Amino acid sequence: MFGKLSLAVIPLENPIIMGAVGGTILLALIILALITYYRKWTYLWQEWLTSLDHKRIGIMYIILALIMLLRGFSDAILMRSQQAIAAGTSHGYLPPGHFDQIFSAHGTIMIVFMAMPFLAGLINIVVPQQIGARDVAFPFLNAVSLWLTAAGALLVMVSLGVGEFSKAGWSGYAPLVERQYSPGTGVDYWMWAFQIAGIGSLMTSINFLVTILKMRAPGMTLMRMPMFVWTAFFTSVLMAFAFPVLTVALALLTLDRYLGMHFFTNALGGEIMMYINLFWIWGHPEVYIVILPAFGVFSEVVATFCGKRLFGYRSMVYATATIMVLSFSVWVHHFFTMGAGPDVNFFFGITTMLIAIPTGVKIFNWLFTMYRGRIRFTTPMYWTLGFIATFTLGGMAGVLLSLPPADYVLHNSLFLIAHFHTMLIPGSVFGFFAGYYYWFPKAIGFPLNEKLGKWAFWAWLIGFDLAFVPLYVLGFMGMPRRMEHYANPAWQPYLIIAAGGVAVILIGIFLQLIQLAVSIKQRHATRDLTGDPWNGRTLEWATASPPAVYNFAQTPVVHDIDAFWDMKEKDIAYRQHDRYHDIHLPKNTAKGLVNGALVFVFGFAMVWYIWWLAILSALGVIITLIVRASDDDTDYIIPAGRVEQIEKQRYRQLTAVAAERPAGGQTSLQPSPAV
Amino acid sequence: MKSKSFLVSSGLCTLYAAGFLGGCSQMLLFDSKGPIGDAERLVIVKAFVLMLIVVIPVLVMVLWFSRRYRASNTKAIYAPEWSYSGKIDLAMWLVPVAIVTALGILSWNETHQLDPYKPIEPGIDPIRIEVVSMDWKWLFIYPDHDIAVVNQIVFPTGVPLNFRITSDTVLTSFFIPQLGSQIYAMAGRQSRLHLMADEPGSYAGHNQQFSGRGYADMHFKAIAVSREQFEAWVQNTRQSPDKLDPARYQDLAKPSVDHAVMYFSSVKPGLFDFIIREYQTAELGGR
Repeated sequence: MFGKLSLAVIPLENPIIMGAVGGTILLALIILALITYYRKWTYLWQEWLTSLDHKRIGIMYIILALIMLLRGFSDAILMRSQQAIAAGTSHGYLPPGHFDQIFSAHGTIMIVFMAMPFLAGLINIVVPQQIGARDVAFPFLNAVSLWLTAAGALLVMVSLGVGEFSKAGWSGYAPLVERQYSPGTGVDYWMWAFQIAGIGSLMTSINFLVTILKMRAPGMTLMRMPMFVWTAFFTSVLMAFAFPVLTVALALLTLDRYLGMHFFTNALGGEIMMYINLFWIWGHPEVYIVILPAFGVFSEVVATFCGKRLFGYRSMVYATATIMVLSFSVWVHHFFTMGAGPDVNFFFGITTMLIAIPTGVKIFNWLFTMYRGRIRFTTPMYWTLGFIATFTLGGMAGVLLSLPPADYVLHNSLFLIAHFHTMLIPGSVFGFFAGYYYWFPKAIGFPLNEKLGKWAFWAWLIGFDLAFVPLYVLGFMGMPRRMEHYANPAWQPYLIIAAGGVAVILIGIFLQLIQLAVSIKQRHATRDLTGDPWNGRTLEWATASPPAVYNFAQTPVVHDIDAFWDMKEKDIAYRQHDRYHDIHLPKNTAKGLVNGALVFVFGFAMVWYIWWLAILSALGVIITLIVRASDDDTDYIIPAGRVEQIEKQRYRQLTAVAAERPAGGQTSLQPSPAV
Repeated sequence: MKSKSFLVSSGLCTLYAAGFLGGCSQMLLFDSKGPIGDAERLVIVKAFVLMLIVVIPVLVMVLWFSRRYRASNTKAIYAPEWSYSGKIDLAMWLVPVAIVTALGILSWNETHQLDPYKPIEPGIDPIRIEVVSMDWKWLFIYPDHDIAVVNQIVFPTGVPLNFRITSDTVLTSFFIPQLGSQIYAMAGRQSRLHLMADEPGSYAGHNQQFSGRGYADMHFKAIAVSREQFEAWVQNTRQSPDKLDPARYQDLAKPSVDHAVMYFSSVKPGLFDFIIREYQTAELGGR
């Protein structure tokens, strides 16, 4: 009836796990109780959970990413503290099976359930506004993607208390993930969570490719798209081509594990290196999938806060395109030590090095944007500068690893760990934070506290360096990755410093949580009434903060790369419209959420071999989608009168702000009359 | 930027420098004991220095530009519409291209020179060692000496070591940091590796690829001794009462963690190839 599931699979005997489970459940209960107490269920359901508004979906993506960041970071604390004490005869406090689950979960969560939803969230909030669109091309598909990602994340969370997570690493190398070597349910949790979220990402990419190609405002040629839109586009191309490979690799692994086939087994014709090739054919583009959107954020932030056009826009576009293409030709550098011949290794080494060229070009582009600018040191700018300096050093480590002879000694060492964290934390997380601070007032309507934001930045930067510089050194000292304990006492001092670094980052995270609370408390005083708090350059700053549900009452016409800056220069940024039109938008629907819930049940049932439930939930998914597809009543109209009312209200607000402001500002906020 | 930020930034630079200098005495990769490790260390140093040509200017520009063009410095030139210069654009493509070209030449030469499959040829016959990675221990077979050892290799200095490597379990990676190159051990196939030690000593070796529960304890000692000591050790090992026949091997192959060093005085001929072939007997046309 319940497959392999029984009460015995709950690890009641492990106090660390039960503590984490108890804490998570308690937190969830408190949130549910608060929602009930403030009678917010209807609001939550109507305005958020069933919403197809790209901005709402984007915010929900980012909330998911931040929650999973906390979970993934907790795993980091456990790993670093374990390695800080498990030297010599001490085996620390985590047994191998538990330690292995933690590093597997950390990698899976940070890549698939933190970085991916974070970038999907930022793209969702910003791209339609930057291209002057009212929504994405396929709003319902967007909700399906969101709830699939959430379903995958929930599977990972459930594995904490029901059964176990994978002990085979986030990359799940064959044949360790095969039934013979990993008979437990952990690998199945990992596999289904990964697979479900991956399909969600694939659909997101299709959505954004179509949105960007087909829904740009008149006048916005490809070469007038903001850099963030370009990077979102390139990232979507990468997702559309890379994710199917992952889907296939995981599907073949599923056949191995569930039906006893032999795609990636040791014997009977299985090919373990085929899995590893397929994984990295997805895995390396994935690195650029999470980094390119952050590059886009940095480009927007630098131009805005230097008060200057982005230097070498065309160069930047071509450099990013080059990175996109090259990222598909480097995957073998993840296993130079496989024993391929020198010509093969040299080829993949040189393609890897070639990526350093366009990346270097981008760094110089940002630097020359700062050159002869007027730099305002806001929080987003802090993250950007921290990124440029640290990323350059991490890139150097990356080029070292691209030399096969150097990789022969540095592969799988802590040097590698330090390298890719220097790529992904400054290159991706710092970028997402810069975007979070930069667009928060746009999405929510008030800015985040600057002072706490800067403190948080310094804690993150210092903590990051303390945590990862010792890891570079440990790599040279010959320490491999993923050691549950180790005999060499010389490694311990460095691991203690690294653990200290994690503690400093923890302070940074606390500061960010406090910052969020303080900023919400101060929101009435700090509310952004202009829609353009940073003196921005691109179209998203033309809308109100937060934007009306339809973004633009009338589709803007674009004449410049920095479209909104151009409008402000010509003093037409706030021109009133003489007449308004009906606006048609997608209706709310619960079917995206229901679909996600059913997919979660399906994943859970597959993990535990509860076949009847798997069949029922799969049928449920199909029926939900058919019902949705046969529904003709999916849109609604905001009448012109209502649009006029909302817009008039915004113009009154702008006039009031303009009256309060001293004259001589850069741009007049005074709405100009219609022509 | 404020001076406070400068203080923190220079603090972080010091941290990088101190980290590396402080670790020097313990840095196995910079304390290599054989020609392969030496050459690989040199590759790392050369590439590092080459890259500094572009990295140092970037770091200087970050600090310099952010200080000079801060909004409060109204004396600095402000050119809001200036966004392109053909010369700068050309330079910022060509400088990285030049460095990557130099690194590419280095990579081509060294990748061929340091190919793990390429024999080392000082004019002496190499010692052949067959390596089997198991859950979670290493078996070393000396086919020419008809002996086998678990979790320890002994070999003379100045003699090339010719390894054939396979796995009787999941993917692992065979690595002795102070001698150089690691290589994967894969079931059903052999990989090859050539190393040599110049100085006598006991060097740490381990599995560098996570392989499950006993991974952290999957290490061994690689002991380099003089030719005479090696011959004596071989004779000594031949006295061991344990013999590695197929039955004994099946017993050894069972998973065990932190296995003690074990000596076998004889090995069934062809055992290594037998272990590889076991994975290749596939009805579906294996490799």
